[in-house]
Amino acid sequence: MKLLLKGGRLVDPVSARDEVVDIHIVDGTIVRIAAGITASTGVKEIDLHGKIVAPGFIDMHVHLREPGYEHKETIETGCASAAAGGFTAVCCMPNTNPAIDDESVARYVHEKGKDVCDGIVDVFPIAAATKGRKGKELSPMAELVQAGAVGFSDDGAPISSPEIMRRALEYSSMYGVPVIQHAEESSMTRDGCMNEGATATRLGMPGIPPIAEELMIARDVILLRYTPKARYHVAHISTRNALDHVRKAKLEGLNVTCEVTPHHFTITEEVVSGFDTNTKMNPPLRTKDDVAAMKEGLRDGTIDVIATDHAPHTIDEKEVEYTTAPFGIVGLETAVGLCLTELVHKKVLTIAQLIQRLSTNPRRLLSLPEIFVKEGAMANITLIDPDVEWTVKTAAFRSKSKNSPFDGFRLKGRAVGIINNGKALFF
Amino acid sequence: MKLTSRHLLGLDGMAKEELALILDTAVSFREVLDRPIKKVPPLQGKTVVNLFFESSTRTRISFELAERRLSADVVNFTTAASSVSKGETLKDTARNIEAMKIDMVVIRHAAPGSAHFLTRVVDANVINAGDGTHEHPTQGLLDMYTLREKFGALEGLRVCIVGDITHSRVARSNIYGLTTMGAKVSVCGPATLIPKDIEQLGVKVYHRLDDVIPEVDALNVLRIQLERQKSGLFPSLREYHRFFGVTKEKVSKAPKPITIMHPGPINRDVELSADLADSEHSVILQQVTNGVAIRMAVLYLLGTTN
Repeated sequence: MKLLLKGGRLVDPVSARDEVVDIHIVDGTIVRIAAGITASTGVKEIDLHGKIVAPGFIDMHVHLREPGYEHKETIETGCASAAAGGFTAVCCMPNTNPAIDDESVARYVHEKGKDVCDGIVDVFPIAAATKGRKGKELSPMAELVQAGAVGFSDDGAPISSPEIMRRALEYSSMYGVPVIQHAEESSMTRDGCMNEGATATRLGMPGIPPIAEELMIARDVILLRYTPKARYHVAHISTRNALDHVRKAKLEGLNVTCEVTPHHFTITEEVVSGFDTNTKMNPPLRTKDDVAAMKEGLRDGTIDVIATDHAPHTIDEKEVEYTTAPFGIVGLETAVGLCLTELVHKKVLTIAQLIQRLSTNPRRLLSLPEIFVKEGAMANITLIDPDVEWTVKTAAFRSKSKNSPFDGFRLKGRAVGIINNGKALFF
Repeated sequence: MKLTSRHLLGLDGMAKEELALILDTAVSFREVLDRPIKKVPPLQGKTVVNLFFESSTRTRISFELAERRLSADVVNFTTAASSVSKGETLKDTARNIEAMKIDMVVIRHAAPGSAHFLTRVVDANVINAGDGTHEHPTQGLLDMYTLREKFGALEGLRVCIVGDITHSRVARSNIYGLTTMGAKVSVCGPATLIPKDIEQLGVKVYHRLDDVIPEVDALNVLRIQLERQKSGLFPSLREYHRFFGVTKEKVSKAPKPITIMHPGPINRDVELSADLADSEHSVILQQVTNGVAIRMAVLYLLGTTN
């Protein structure tokens, strides 16, 4: 494979680079970065004028559903969806069947990623923090790290017991791997299926109070203060007050990080009014004020990462009564478009800041090797057209599932290609 | 003038003129109910299915009578079990019944939004006969009709809904309908049974009957469900009755008699004392009669305009 990326704007926060250059790649390795490189014979030239060349994006929160729920998604269709969305890596959550709570499952998932989609998307498992994600006994964390796990979480469920959470933080701290909390005080959320507040009251819908999320984060910060060597990451943060807890903990110097999903910084609880089950996810869509807070958190750096919580469910599973529908929406193929539309074009983040939240920061907090877009390095690249306008069509998703509330949305900007592991895809 | 939607899903968002149209139409059907022959022909040849996924004798009979008196053909589908536990989805059940060529569906279901959901999967007109804790629009309309009949107008009327507001579709439909018509609506109940931010719906919140009784023309008393006590939302039925039960003694403190309403079925001497339920100020049985007229009006307006 010989490639010449012509005229793109290289934005690489790691090497603080932002310039229009040509990039020559041979067999996956960047051999030259300079202005005005001319293509020799046998080199495929890609015109990238007006486009952006970024270090490869990673979505550190996806559900690939394999093993166990292959009717929703497989590692193959999930990776195809990731690639189409501009991601060169994903971290998959352990709520599979069996759960990713022993090394054989972790290894299977990690290795399967190399066999599908030409191996262009790296699959890093997030292993269960407790056996069977039941919250009772610690999973074999050391073995799981050896098998490729890059973090621990019981995602879908919180680690409820403060004693187990304390021990998970302590034990994982030996390996420099974060515990990722699905922050929810479950005793307060029982039948809830949307944000508690004026809209839920109007619709007569059982509510999920924002304090259920905030309480759990507040508790975890206290635990983290007691186990300062641990690393604590809040998954899919969604309320203003939750973010304030993280902000204060960061100021205090604790090892806390957090992520937000594109839907939590784009749409509000009001879209539930039509009872479309593609608006049902956990944590639920919150208020306008919370959406504004997410953008502030992204701007001031309190939010380190943007991750999708890609959660595929089939049409039949979602086409039911709102209260019985499963939580979750797919996100891999709309994420970059929503980020550019809502954050970059609305001047919440610069393109370099967005790249940090989609590439640099998540890799750093998961202790994954940093990506350098420089001569001699392996090319791990996401290509973006920041200005192309397009309409989301869920029917065209590569994901096996189409459960997205963004069908028909007009977006500005999207990924147009990825390069990783010696392979390249342009679209 | 006709309704803007071909379904009746809820009173939330309906225009004042639409609500008035239904109430006015019901007046003529109310007259029909007093005739020796109570049958009129407008829905001849139309088939209505009553799709009841929750047990409800009163609402189903009321709808069925309304349908028959409009000369519609009526099919009842009643199941206590939810569609999920039966192994067939709501969508499949509805589509199968529609495949038998029916025109209108009346649905009662435990899930909020189930009537909205139905409009997405079938072509028939859909009437919401109660979707979980969301809305019960024909109950709201019959309550409004009864109040208008009693007081002449709804504008400025002071109505308080008493009880478990959180889990009440009757409360919600009353709030939307009455506030749109210009009535002053309040709610009164234990703090644990008043949903968050309900003030944003334009109602005033009370927690003591003594505070609200001097301020209202009518009390709409809701049925209290025992299972709410079990889920920790109030301590005991005894305490509920003492502090939120509407009794003759409590309403006697009002400057003038208060009209008493109840959507039924009544837990006598729990949320409402028996003597008050049967008193001259109770319009509970008028509500039941008016319910048939309101449902005839809704079926007529939806069934004859498309």
